[in-house]
Order: sequence, then structure tokens, then C-alpha cells
Amino acid sequence: MTPRRRRMMFVALILLAVGGAVALALTAFKQNILYYYDPSAVIAGKAPTGRTFRLGGMVENGSVKRIPGQLDMQFDITDYAHEITVLYSGVLPDLFREGQGVIVRGKLLAAVNGKQQFVAEEVLAKHDEKYMPPEVAASLKKAHEARRVTQTVQTAPVSNEAQTLTAAGPTAN
Amino acid sequence: MSVELGHFALILAFSLALAQAFFGLAGATTHRAHWMAAARSAVIGQLVFVVFAFGCLAAAFLRNDFSVLYVAGNSNTELPAFYRVAAVWGAHEGSLLLWLMVLVIWSAAVGVFNRGMSTEFISKVLGVLGLVSGGFALFIIATSNPFERLLPAALQGRDLNPLLQDPALAAHPPMLYTGYVGLAVPFACAVAALIEGKLDANWARWVKPWTIVAWLFLTLGIALGSFWAYYELGWGGWWFWDPVENASFMPWLMATALIHSLSVTEKRGLFKSWTILLAIFGFSLSLLGTFLVRSGVLISVHAFASDPSRGLFILIFLALCIGGALTLYAWRAPRLQSNAGFHIISRESFLLFNNVLLVVAASLILLGTLYPLFIDALNLGKISVGPPYFAVVFLIPMLPLLFLVGIGMHASWKQAKLAAMRKPLLIALGVAALFAVTITLLIYGRMSVLKFVGQLAGAWVILSSLYQPITRWRAGQRVPPGILGMCVAHLGLGVFVLGVTTVESYKIEKDLSLGTGQTVTVGHYDFNWVDTHQVTGPNYDAIEATVRITHDGQEVTVLHPQKRVYHVQTSPMTEAGIDAHWQRDLLVSMGDDLGNGVWSVRVQYKPLVRFIWLGAVIMAIGGFIGLLDRRYRTVKQTAEQTVQVSDPVSVAARS
Repeated sequence: MTPRRRRMMFVALILLAVGGAVALALTAFKQNILYYYDPSAVIAGKAPTGRTFRLGGMVENGSVKRIPGQLDMQFDITDYAHEITVLYSGVLPDLFREGQGVIVRGKLLAAVNGKQQFVAEEVLAKHDEKYMPPEVAASLKKAHEARRVTQTVQTAPVSNEAQTLTAAGPTAN
Repeated sequence: MSVELGHFALILAFSLALAQAFFGLAGATTHRAHWMAAARSAVIGQLVFVVFAFGCLAAAFLRNDFSVLYVAGNSNTELPAFYRVAAVWGAHEGSLLLWLMVLVIWSAAVGVFNRGMSTEFISKVLGVLGLVSGGFALFIIATSNPFERLLPAALQGRDLNPLLQDPALAAHPPMLYTGYVGLAVPFACAVAALIEGKLDANWARWVKPWTIVAWLFLTLGIALGSFWAYYELGWGGWWFWDPVENASFMPWLMATALIHSLSVTEKRGLFKSWTILLAIFGFSLSLLGTFLVRSGVLISVHAFASDPSRGLFILIFLALCIGGALTLYAWRAPRLQSNAGFHIISRESFLLFNNVLLVVAASLILLGTLYPLFIDALNLGKISVGPPYFAVVFLIPMLPLLFLVGIGMHASWKQAKLAAMRKPLLIALGVAALFAVTITLLIYGRMSVLKFVGQLAGAWVILSSLYQPITRWRAGQRVPPGILGMCVAHLGLGVFVLGVTTVESYKIEKDLSLGTGQTVTVGHYDFNWVDTHQVTGPNYDAIEATVRITHDGQEVTVLHPQKRVYHVQTSPMTEAGIDAHWQRDLLVSMGDDLGNGVWSVRVQYKPLVRFIWLGAVIMAIGGFIGLLDRRYRTVKQTAEQTVQVSDPVSVAARS
């Protein structure tokens, strides 16, 4: 085989490898990209049901509920405009605390009594020294802006107290 | 006072870096001997001043000088002295000073240990290194000054992040930096070669040991980080495909490819473009990693909270370095021709596949790491790329590579005569397959294609690596360090693969609730939650649990996991209780107090997990052995080689 023919073959092989790699990457990508939504987006219906995504916000003060002695627990995530109840069964990370930012990964359940519930597979509370994941900070800022706009339109301020929760029923995992 | 002296020393070091850059590059191009000598003095001067500046900062930490903003932000009087020194590189400003110091130490080493290369060449290398260290010194002085004062001084510091108060993590940044900052040396050598328009086997032989040392430290640094995450973060994970982890792993992949490419250039004068580009991209990925960690675009346990102006500076610096180097390459590429050929089955072709597969893997990891940043920058939403993507995308090029490694190690240059090797290699493959079946079916009882292939690949690489040393020893021959180093390093790779595949295939992780006196069985071991009680440490309070582990009634060990709360930074921290054994690790981590004396606990069984880091250490040892080869220590008796490599006669004569 002439050197030129050999070089052509190598180039072809390398192109094949690269093409294969790109095809591989695109497939693996599509299956593994996790989208991020805040509670307002979820309430507005932008988040898919039945598909894993990430939900972020602040853990609402007083919303952590747990039957003593059991792993199953729930808490509310809020962006100070809307809240979502999150159900989780497992060990919580050290940095998880009421009144601090958190991101959960899991799926949205079909609404029960008109209330959205989110089943979390993983609770992430990694963040920098400012105790706020950047995505959550951005969502809070967005929600704050939206509230300010509505406030100038309405005369009464928008209330955002925590919803009272009924006792947690059996969790659907 | 010493703080201001440190600051001043840093500014002096910056000016010396500029001098080094100017005299190094201009002196070499205009052939002025005294200018080139000035560059060598400048690098020593830079070393002295940067080390002095670093020393001043360390002294400020040791004497608890809270009038320095950086010290107040990262230290505390209760902090043990050892960690007060480690706190110097615990946050952004100090770690950049460490970065600069490591770079300057490498540059000074080049200035001192340069027997065998022409003065002009070394001058150019020092010049390029001067540009890099000058850029970093400017970055530190302008945006990240660790010597900034806090007036009036704080009474007490904010304390070092408790996660960082650990010996392994104290050692992790220096090792890591020695590794990927060290890639600046092959980068500078590549740029110098491009400026000269000349790249030959002598160049490759000189650059290779520097690359091996950097690669060695990078291997150890990454392994140390992984090991620390495993036992300190408390949850048993050893790799998360976190963007910052990827930022250190991609240079490692490039450095590995570079070492192999340098072999080809050294032995046969081929792969010159590959070598130059790998050297450029290896260091570029190091710089990119630095950008990712410090610019605030990343969400990670590693990410320093930084302002965007820092990110912009590094990005511009990165663009200048890569852009400059690549432009130089584009201009000079026609000069880097070689005419030697090689057969389709030869060491060269195996190493070509090696390069391609490693670069493909690194590119796909880069894609997954940067994609979310692009999407976010274009305001198309916030996404994250999950670990399964990286796992798949890394595995697919790596599995064929592992099989090729086993054969390629024994291929000869130019044309491999593999017929002689066929029988031993087939026997090795057979033994490896037998081993894989034994492990998957008999020992763990669960088999799948991936589990089998993983075990097969690991065992195959190990057996293949042992072949050459064993045959040579049995024939009464010595094994030269170059070959022994290669075999040991590949052996380490095999051990690493065995560790990863076993632990990921057969690990057991369970989250459960345990009350006093309760027992649970995980992976044939019984975990008995005896009790919990309060303990106090030097700068923390903790709740400690006693867990008794038995196997078939025999006591294996008693573990004491803790939930610590440090006095200053009041966030809780989990200390896992770990029973270490080469065959398996058992981990117990405390979760939350669930009330009624019941705790949420994570119990884990991790078979062969220690092989992961053992494999990395063996790889580093292999690299070190390879350095001892005599060909790197021989002084060149002949005059400087000025033969252009596009002369096939000389290439053939040298190979």
C-alpha cells in the first residue's frame, strides 16, 4: 500500500471514530440532560410529568415534616411566589436546612386534590459560602421581579404565606 | 509589615517575569548571550520573590494576623497549626499564589536542569514561561490580592471550611498544581520548538521526563482528591463527574496521550503535529480548568465564589495563550514534516489509536462539561448533564483502548511481528476470561455483559503487562527502567480498572433507619447500632455512634461514625465510620436524628474499592521508574543537533 493510500485510510478511520463519537455523544446527551425548573415554572405547567428534572428553591421554614423514627419525610420548596411539596425517603445531606437553598432531582406526580407533589430521588445542597445555589438565586430574583410588577398593578400586596399541610399519607414512590 | 513586604515581593516577581519573557525571547531570536543569561537570572529572582511572598502569607496565617482580609476569612485561633498552613491555599487568592509558586519552581528547574539542549532553545522556553507567570502574577495583583488588609482587624477569623481540615485535602492542591501547572513546561517547549521551526527526536527525549513528572503528580493529585471525597464527604462516592473534577481529568488524558506521542517522536521522529497539539491543548485545558473553578460559572463543592471580572481576565488570558500557540502552529506546521512510514500493524499505529481514543474521550467530557455553560450563557435555560452521560461517553472509547493496550505494549516499531506473541497473548486472554467468569459468577453471583467485559479488560491488561518483565527475568536478562516503568504503569491501569468495575458492579448502598440495639444485614455483614453519645474534639462537638459489625457471628470491627458541628462554622459535618480492607470497605454514615433514638443511616458495602487508588499509585510508580532510564541522563557529547528532520536518511539512521 502506498504511503498516500495508507494516510487516506487512517484519515478515514479517524473520521469514522470521530463520527461515531459525535453520534454517541448526541444520543447519550438527549437521554441525560436534566432541565431545571423553579416552583413557579412547575405550577405554570412548564415542567414535564413522569420525566426526571431538577427543582430548586428555598426550603420553607417550618415545612419539614417527618413521622418520628421513619425515613420518609417531606418539605416544601418555595421561590416566595409558589410552593411545591417534595416527598423524600432517605438520608439528607448535611447542608440541608430550613430557610436555605436546595435543589432536588426527581419526578413530578400527577396532581392530588389540585396540589402538585414532587418525589425526589436526590437532594442536593452543595453550594458555595453564600449558601445559595446560583440557579436558585436566579429563580428567586426572577420571582421577585415578577412580584414587583404585579404589585404595581394591584393595590393589595401579594401574600405568600406557607400553605398548611395535611398529615402526610402513604408516600407513592 | 511582612504582609506589605510580601505584596511588594509579588510585584517585583511580576516585573522579573516580564524581564524573563522579554530577555528570553528577544535574546534567543537576536542571539545575544548576555540577554539570554539575564533571562536565566530573572527566573531565579522570580523564584526567590514568589517563595518569599508565599512565606509572608504563611507567616500571617501562623501568627493569626486577622488584619489581613484573607487570613480573617479562612483561619481561626482554634485551628490547629498544620491546617493554618494548609489554609493558605484554602480559598481563591491563596491558591492562586500557590499556582504561581508552583509555576515559578518549574520554570526555575528548567533554568537549572537544561543539559543537552541549546541555550537558545532554553531561553525561548523560559521566555514563554515568563509570559505565563507574568500573566498570572498580574492577575493576582490586580484582581485577587491575598495581602489585602482588613482594618480594623477582626478579633477572630471565619475558620477554614471544616471539609478542608484534613491531611489528604491539605496535600491535594499542591500535588494537583504540580501536575497540571507542570504541563506548562511541555507547552513552553512546544511553542519554543514552533518558534525555532525545528522539532526532532532530541527535543522529544528532553521534554519527555518533564511531562512524566507532571503527569505523575497529576495522577497522584487526582487520586488523592478522589480518596478524600470518598472518606470525608461521607457518602462513599469516589467520582462524580463534577465539572471541576473533569477540569483536572481532561489534562490528565491529554498528558497521557502526550507521553505516548513523545515516545513516537523520540524513537522515529513521527507524530510531530500530534505532540505539539497535545502539548498545547494539555496546558490549555489546565488553564480552562482554572477558569471554570474561579469564574463563578460553575456550581460545585469546589467552586470558589468569585466575581465575573476574574473570570473575564482568565478567559482573555486563556484566549491569548491558546490563540497564540495555535496561530504559531498554523504558521510553522509546514516545517514539521517527516517522511518515515509505518506498517498498519506496528507500535506507531497502536499509539495512533491510543492518541485518537484518548482525545475523543477528553473531547466528549469537555462537551458535557461546557454544554450547560453555553446554554446558560445563551439564556436558553439551566440544564445539567447527568453522570450517566459521562460514564457512557467515557466507557465507549476506553474499552477498545484497554484491549489495544494489551497488544500494543508488545508491538515493535515500524512493523510489529505479532506472530511470535500470538500464543502468550491468547493464553493471557483465556486466563483473563476465566478470571472474569470466576469473579462474576462464583464470587458475586451476578453476571452481565458489562460486568464480564470490565473484569476481562482489567485482568487482560494486568496479565499482558506482566508478560515482558517475566519473560526477560526468566531469560536472565535485566529489564531496562524504560520498559519496566511502562509495564508497571500499565499494570496500575489494570488494577484501577479492576477496582472500578468490581465496585460499581457489586457495591451495595442502603439508606435505613436504625434505633438503639437494632441490627441490619447488608451484603452478608450484620450491622448492630449499639448506641450514640456526645464527644468533643479540638474545635468541634459531635454525636458519635457505636456500630458493631459481625460476619457469621464473628466480630469484624466496631465503627464510630460521627456527626460533627464545628464551633465556628456551625453547619454539621458527617464523619463516616469506615472499615478498610483490600477486599472490601464497609461504610456507615450518620444521616439525621429521626427522633425516638432513631437515626437515618447509610450503610455501604464496597468491594475492591481500594484498588482504584492503589492502581493510580502504581501508575505513578511506573512513571517514576520510567524516569530512571539512562537515556534521559546521558549528556549529549556531540554538538547541538541541527539536522532538519525532513531528511529521511537521518531519521532512518536514528531509529
